[in-house]
Amino acid sequence: MPKVLRADNMNKCLGCFTCMLTCAAVNHNNHNLAKSSIKVKTRGGLQSKFAATICVACKEPACAEACPTNALVKRPGGGVKLIEEKCIACEKCVAACIVGSIHMDYDRKIPIVCKHCGACVRMCPHNCLSMEEVSE
Amino acid sequence: MIGKDFIRVLYIDLTNKKADIQERKDLYKYLGGAGVAAKLLEENMKKGVDPLHESQPIIISIGPLSTIFPVVTKAVATFISPHTGEYGESHAGGRLAMAIRNAGYDAIVITGKAQKPTYLVITDKNIEFKDARAMWGLDIEETGRVIREREPGPGKRSIIRIGKAGENLVTYSCVNVDTYRHFGRLGIGAVFGSKNLKAMMIMGEEDLPIANLKEYFKTYQEIYKKVTQTDAMAKYHELGTPMNIKVLNSISSLPTKNLLQSTFEHADDISGETFAEKNLVRKVSCVGCPIGCIHIGQFRREFDKGYEYESISVSYDHELIYALGSLLGIKTTDEVLQIIEEVELAGLDAITTGVVLAWATEALKKGLISREDTLADLEFGNTMEYVKAIDNIAERVNEFYYTIGKGLKEAVKKYGGEEFALLYGGNEMAGYHTGYAFALGQTVGARHSHLDNAGYSYDQSAKELKDDEIINYVINEEKERAVLTSLCICLFARKVYDRPTILKALNAVGINWTDDDLTRLANDVFFTKLKIKKELGYSLENYKFPKRIFETPTMWGKMDEERLNRLLKMYIERVEKEYEDWSRGK
Repeated sequence: MPKVLRADNMNKCLGCFTCMLTCAAVNHNNHNLAKSSIKVKTRGGLQSKFAATICVACKEPACAEACPTNALVKRPGGGVKLIEEKCIACEKCVAACIVGSIHMDYDRKIPIVCKHCGACVRMCPHNCLSMEEVSE
Repeated sequence: MIGKDFIRVLYIDLTNKKADIQERKDLYKYLGGAGVAAKLLEENMKKGVDPLHESQPIIISIGPLSTIFPVVTKAVATFISPHTGEYGESHAGGRLAMAIRNAGYDAIVITGKAQKPTYLVITDKNIEFKDARAMWGLDIEETGRVIREREPGPGKRSIIRIGKAGENLVTYSCVNVDTYRHFGRLGIGAVFGSKNLKAMMIMGEEDLPIANLKEYFKTYQEIYKKVTQTDAMAKYHELGTPMNIKVLNSISSLPTKNLLQSTFEHADDISGETFAEKNLVRKVSCVGCPIGCIHIGQFRREFDKGYEYESISVSYDHELIYALGSLLGIKTTDEVLQIIEEVELAGLDAITTGVVLAWATEALKKGLISREDTLADLEFGNTMEYVKAIDNIAERVNEFYYTIGKGLKEAVKKYGGEEFALLYGGNEMAGYHTGYAFALGQTVGARHSHLDNAGYSYDQSAKELKDDEIINYVINEEKERAVLTSLCICLFARKVYDRPTILKALNAVGINWTDDDLTRLANDVFFTKLKIKKELGYSLENYKFPKRIFETPTMWGKMDEERLNRLLKMYIERVEKEYEDWSRGK
């Protein structure tokens, strides 16, 4: 069964950002956590709780519907896969994602899209993140 | 810079609102952090000029492993200390190192003075000098909120700022870093204030490609495992540093009531265990650290009759519970948190504030100062009066508060009472009355911090205190820590980052250093700081320890004044000789 990323335990988050450093490194070969697909931030100042903006793995992904070149295709279990060669960096997917999970990598001129690879989950020290098995 | 053989320095001139960037190959051999910041201070400081003169620099530096390896979280600031008049160095965690890294810099040098209150915005794309006139006078929390709301980039930025204490040039004002961390000691807040610099916001999306992902991530994971799956750092997450309160109390080493005592009858009531059970609501990390040592305590305060409560959250640590707790005779965790909150909002260094107030309490009782001076009934255990006094320090409301706003060194010149002024090397005492190694260590340490050489740790682990061993330990430990702090590794991770691990991490990002290189760095940084201190007129000749430290027992019993003086003499002789050799080798 396919798996998707969940961030159901963010009250436990320490704000160490290891998930972001890992995603940026493993998926985007970059030390800058601005390249991470998962985005942890506070709800407003450090005195507030942490929240994670992640791809929620839509079964009917609006980002793919908005893509004019079929660069985003549905992946089994929800969410999308990016076919880089087809992407023209029009940013329509960014606007279409209402949870704000997609942002642009302006250095490479592609959107940063979650692969649901689970690397962030493996490196989270406080069990905030998990992979959930879902139907296709 | 990652993958490059130079240090990328951003120079900011507040007077002319100009910036300059230099790629400094010559600084590369100092790696970063304390090493690079000390060198940049040496280059940019003005000898014989007031520490708060606009020409004096503020330097902030990160290291080549910052953020990209676990627990490499610190940024190091150097400046001329308005508190001691000599070398100033302070370390802070939070998000600052990440933000500087992502903005594409290794170090920042700030000189000059803004015409009007200003806050700086530094990103990978721009440097802006923004109007902070309306923020002048705001506390730490409000200043942070205003900038958060005005500027973009939640989650990826760092906001550092001063409070009223910094604006009013109190020589132990701090710079608050991302709410819960600080450049705490030696008065960098006043240096910000003297430049009309209220705050800085830093962030960036600089492209930082990884040269060898396989090697890097393999090493990253190895270190990550060591950090999270061994007990090397567990204590910092569980009870955190406040676990020390009970431990030190049980061995007569917890400075209490201005060190009239070294055990506290209420130690259990303000112990790490009690804080954890009664007040702890969450733990937070600096960016890149999976430990989460920042303990946030909460208490509720009744502000009116009729079940009217407000809730206050502040971070607590051993040093704060000591300085604003046991040293002032405060008996409950709620009250300690209340005093911490006041210190936080004003933007003061917690340790020095507590030690100054403890001295003032005793000076008032002895009649060296009067109630007209203090404007508060300072008495051990009297929380609300201390809260008032803290605000008075930050506001410098009268001549007395103006004077103690320069620390105990100045206070005793005017009012006397030096025999019970808890000073080591001109800086107020840290929370360990453990014995000779601590006393010597804080006195001789480059920044007069207990963390320079961890003498307290030697006192606590030695089977027998031997003079030669103490000298060796204090010197060797400070040199070894110069390596860690040049790499900006949090000192809590010192057991994880032994030399082989450091070399592995450096090699994984293409810095092919050897053990000999690290030894060379340790010596260079240690003696560069001493050179700076000498140039600023620092000397330990004729140094006098306060009487009080010999009157109250440590874990090794009462210290003998002659022996401590002898140790100091031995230290000076040995370091002077090494310094000459080092200078000749240059």
